[in-house]
Order: sequence, then structure tokens, then C-alpha cells
Amino acid sequence: MNIRLIISIAGSLLFARLKQTAVAAIGVTFSIMMFVTLLSFMSGLNDLLDGLILNRTAHVRLYNEIKPNPEQPLNLSEAYKNAHNFIRSVKSSNKRKEIYDNASIMKSLLHDPNVRGIAPRITAPVFFNDGAIEITGSINGIDVEAEGKLFFFNDYVTDGHPTDLKNVSNSIILGKGLAQTLLAEIGDVVQVTTSEGERFPLKVVGYFQSGLLDYDKVQSFASITTAQKLLGKSNSYITDIQIKLHDINLAPAKAIEYEQRFGVDAEDIKTANAQFETGSSVRTIISYAVGVTLLIVSGFGIYNILNMMIYEKMESIAILKATGFAGKDVQRVFMFIALSIGVVGGMLGLFFGFLLSLGIDQIPFNTASLPTIKTFPIRYNPVFYGIGAIFSFITTFLAGYLPARKASMVDPVVILRGK
Amino acid sequence: MNDTILEARNIQKSFDDPVKVQVLKDISFKIDKGEFVSVIGKSGCGKSTLLYILSTMDTIYDGDLLIDNQLMNGRKEVELARVRNEKIGFVFQFHYLLNEFNVLKNVMLPGLKLGKFSAKEVEEHAMEQLKKLGIDHLSHKMAGQISGGEKQRVAIARALINQPLIIMGDEPTGNLDKRNSEIVFEIFSQLKEEFNQTLLIVTHDLDFSGKCSRVIEMEDGRIIRQ
Ligand SMILES: Nc1ncnc2c1ncn2[C@@H]1O[C@H](COP(=O)(O)OP(=O)(O)OP(=O)(O)O)[C@@H](O)[C@H]1O
Ligand SMILES: [Mg+2]
Repeated sequence: MNIRLIISIAGSLLFARLKQTAVAAIGVTFSIMMFVTLLSFMSGLNDLLDGLILNRTAHVRLYNEIKPNPEQPLNLSEAYKNAHNFIRSVKSSNKRKEIYDNASIMKSLLHDPNVRGIAPRITAPVFFNDGAIEITGSINGIDVEAEGKLFFFNDYVTDGHPTDLKNVSNSIILGKGLAQTLLAEIGDVVQVTTSEGERFPLKVVGYFQSGLLDYDKVQSFASITTAQKLLGKSNSYITDIQIKLHDINLAPAKAIEYEQRFGVDAEDIKTANAQFETGSSVRTIISYAVGVTLLIVSGFGIYNILNMMIYEKMESIAILKATGFAGKDVQRVFMFIALSIGVVGGMLGLFFGFLLSLGIDQIPFNTASLPTIKTFPIRYNPVFYGIGAIFSFITTFLAGYLPARKASMVDPVVILRGK
Repeated sequence: MNDTILEARNIQKSFDDPVKVQVLKDISFKIDKGEFVSVIGKSGCGKSTLLYILSTMDTIYDGDLLIDNQLMNGRKEVELARVRNEKIGFVFQFHYLLNEFNVLKNVMLPGLKLGKFSAKEVEEHAMEQLKKLGIDHLSHKMAGQISGGEKQRVAIARALINQPLIIMGDEPTGNLDKRNSEIVFEIFSQLKEEFNQTLLIVTHDLDFSGKCSRVIEMEDGRIIRQ
């Protein structure tokens, strides 16, 4: 079929009604623009909020949980093997928090192709002494480099240098909230008491601000060596191994695997932070819903303009048919009009959506709890633009289909006789 | 030698709306190549209805219709459109040009649709037809900007563009003054004389029909004289 002829007829009809077609196209432009911007902004926001937790959380965390031994001696006894044993007042076994043989665990983890990196950690509850009062908190002995690489530790140290934890002996970085309660400034020395009662002076080399106030009020960081010294442990003492995977979705499966392989407890991020995913997906659903609603509205715009055009052009359609154009040709002409409105409007929408995102990205957004964020968050993702383009194509196709079909069914006899 | 262009065999047509009325009753006739036939009859006797059937636009009827010795009954819409495009040229009472296009493009459209010749060749053919009808100076005017008589001549040029087997017209002079009617008649008879063009023209104008080589007269849905 002669596509060029179809296009030239469609073009002439379109230009004869340029204002109305422009209005219909602007409707598409506007909705695609909002769709793309909304999605970019919402997912920027998602990234930011997820980052608040997910960036700093290991995908899989290996540790030893203090809990009763599931294999109580009675159960092992041959004599009572088939009996139903009731055991009262079971106590947690005196299991240590240390991960045994952690050096070889870490070595084999590093050989696992799914693992992006690991960071060992020591967590221990401590008291901070401020004159007469004691403030409960906890201290994390960390490998500064690994934490920086995997968990963006450096981003959250707002004052001081993270590397000072390594370079200055017996140093500590305090959560901002904690520092405020202790009235501790950089360079001050704070007194730390361990759960065993040992008292230890540590020098403040920086502040840490995560964005979660409760967290910043109790947490502090020291190097692994400092923490080992503080707790009076050997230099192989580690309580946690934090693992980051290449694919976060593997976390639950990997947690189960490591639990069995290394005989430790393992917690995965999905299980631990399920509520965050729910929040993200609700926000995403809302942005899609709003975007699709806008598109449907603009689809009605196209539907209207085409219907009007067909109503006005009944006679022309009848003439085309009388002179040998088939219903299919007429349908193609009007589909082409609809799709060109959709494609032109959609393209402009993508372009203006990009500009609007850029604009929003410049708007200052300062909040005390998010030290790394200076402007409104925007995620630039080509996928959104692809979806916008596909959606605009589909809506205009649907909006054009019915009127175009109607045009193809016009009976020239009825029109020509009616004159 | 069989040079029948169009043949109607026992064509019947009735409308169901609002009550069943038979508008065409047992219409049979043949038109041979080179004939200039006019159809006359009182208003409401079914002339237009018959013409719409003969032109393949109306497909709901009983009886057989043959164009170029081929049966048209039960053909697909696309095939019938092709027949109209290739074999039939139309001229209507109301000149019916497409106002979005200029005169030249209006004439070219059926030729472009046929796709037998390149766009350039179709344009040349269109210019030839316009020249033949003495309106080549209008070729680049928009269709809405020319007079009624000129429009009708453009419509004739459009009807001729694919060198159809037959030209059909439903009161092509019905909306024109005497002078323009005469011009249109002159064009038709010239087409018959010079190019042996076959024509089937519905008319009320007895002057017009009087000059035709053959007159079919209808009354109340029947042919009473042919
Ligand atoms: N769609 C229709 N539904 C019902 N009756 C119709 C319809 N179209 C035409 N008719 C009737 O069919 C008859 C023939 O109509 P037609 O238009 O063929 O007459 P005509 O001979 O062309 O008249 P005129 O010379 O006035 O143009 C008329 O009585 C008309 O009322
Ligand atoms: Mg009539």
C-alpha cells in the first residue's frame, strides 16, 4: 500500500486543523512530561529513603546470636529418643559472640563470585561517662576502608576524617546526637566503660550523622584494633561479618546457605527491612497511577479531536472512498494522524520532562537529618523515558483506533445522498 | 465481438426503513463501449439508487452486476474500491473536491492511489487533463478558491485521471447555470467523440438527455424505455 500517499493525505488533514491538533499534542506533551518528572522524582526520593537504611546495611550479616541450644542433652539420649520430652527453664548457653575461625570464613567468602565485598565488625554495648551520669550506647569496631567502600561510611562523617580512626590510636567517632549529649567536641577525650567494667579513655576525632536521630544518639565508631583493645580481646576477635552481594535479591538464599556452611547465624536485608520495600513500591505505584491517569486524560483529548475531525471530514472521506480508497486506507490515514499527534507530543513531553527534572534537581533541599543531600533528589533513568514513550504510543493508538475505525466504516452512499 | 462495459441483470433493491419499499424492480440493461447514455425519470423513481449500485458503492441488492464482464456480487470491500479506482470515474452534483488540497492534487489523488505510474507521471497526466478541460491555469489554487463551474471541470478531470472504462455522473449539471451546463455537456460529448469514452449520466435536464446517443427512462423503479 502506498504509505507516502497515506502520509500526505494525513498531513494535509492535520495541517488544515493545526490548532486543534496542536492542543491535542500539548495534552500528550503535558502528561508525558509530568509522568517522566514524577517518576524521576519519586524514584529519586525512593533511592534517598532506601539509601538511608539500605546503603548502610549489609545484604547478609553473619553473627552469633545468644540463644538456647536447640539440641538439649535429653533429646540426644537414646533412651528417650521416641518420647515427647518437656524441658522447663531452658537457659541460653554460654555461647560467645565471637565468630570462630573468622579468617577462613572471610577468605572463602571473598572467593564467592556473588559477593561484592565484606567488612568485618565488632559491636559491643558500652557506657559513655559524662561526669556522674552514664549514657548507654554502643561502639562499632570497623574496618574504615571496607566500610567506606561498601557502606559509604565517609559520606556520613560530617566533621573530621574517617581515616583518623586508623591513624590516631584510641580514637572514636561519635554519632552527632551522642556528641551533643556528651558535650564532646573534636579533640576531647571521652570515657568509655565496657560491660565488663573496664574504663577506657578515647579521643574524639569526628562526628557521624546518619539521618536517623535515634541511631545517632547511641552509636559510635572506632577501629577494629581499638575495639579489640577496649574489650580485652585478641586480634582475631570479630563479632559480625557484613557481606554485600552483587545482587541484593540473592540475599535471603545466600543467608540460608552461609548459615549452614559456616555454622553461624545469618540475617538478610530483605527480611530485616521488609517495610522499606513496601514503602518504595507504594510510592512507585502512586507515580505510575498518576502518570497513567494523565495519559488517559490526554488520550481522550486525542479521541475528541479525531472524532471532530472525522465528523467534519465525512464528505472528504466519502469522496476518497468513491474514488477508490478502501476503508483500510481511510483507517490508516486517521491512525497516522493519531500516532503523529502521540509521537510528536510524546517526544516533546520526554524532552520537557527531562528539563523539568533538571530544574527540580537544582532546587535546594537541606535537612539536618540528611547531610549528603543538597537538592531535591532526582533519578535519571532512561527506562522511565522508554516507558513514557511506549505509554504515549499505546494511548494514542487506542485513542485513535475507534475514531479511525469509524472513519473506515463511513458509507459513502449515505453521505453523498444526504447532501 | 463482446465490448460490453457494464451489465445489470435483474437488479432489485428495497429499503426497510421505515416500511419495506421496493425502489428498484427488475432492472436489466447493457452498456457497450463508446455509448453516451443518460438516465432520466421523475424525482424519487430510483435513479440515484441505481447509480450507487452500478458504481459498486452500494452492495446491498439482488441481481447481478457485471463490470468489464466480471461479476461484482459478493466481492470484498477492498476489491470493489480497486474497481472504482481503476474502472469508474465519478462526477457528482455537488462538486465534492477535497478542500485541504489544491486543484492539481485533487486530480492526482485517484492516480496516486492506483499506483500504476510514478508521482511525476501522474502529475503530468493530471496536467494534461486540466489542459484538455481548459483549467490548467488553476492547478495550484486551493480547491475552495475556485468557482462552481470550474470545480465541476476539476471533478471531471479527476474522474478521467485513471482512464476509466466508464464515467458515471449523478446530475453533474444539476447545480450549474445554463452556460456551465453546456460546457460540461460539451466536454462529455467531446470525450465520447474523440476518445470513445463510455458515459452513464443521470440527469433532469431534458436538453442534456436529448443530445445523448441513448436515453434510459425510469418510472417507479422500472425501466420503461431504453
Ligand atoms: N436510505 C433510504 N431509506 C429509505 N428510503 C430511501 C433511502 N434512500 C432513498 N430512499 C427512497 O428511494 C427512492 C428513490 O430514491 P433516489 O434517490 O434513487 O431517487 P432519484 O430518482 O435519484 O430522485 P431525484 O431525481 O430526486 O434525485 C425515494 O423514494 C427515496 O425516498
Ligand atoms: Mg437522485
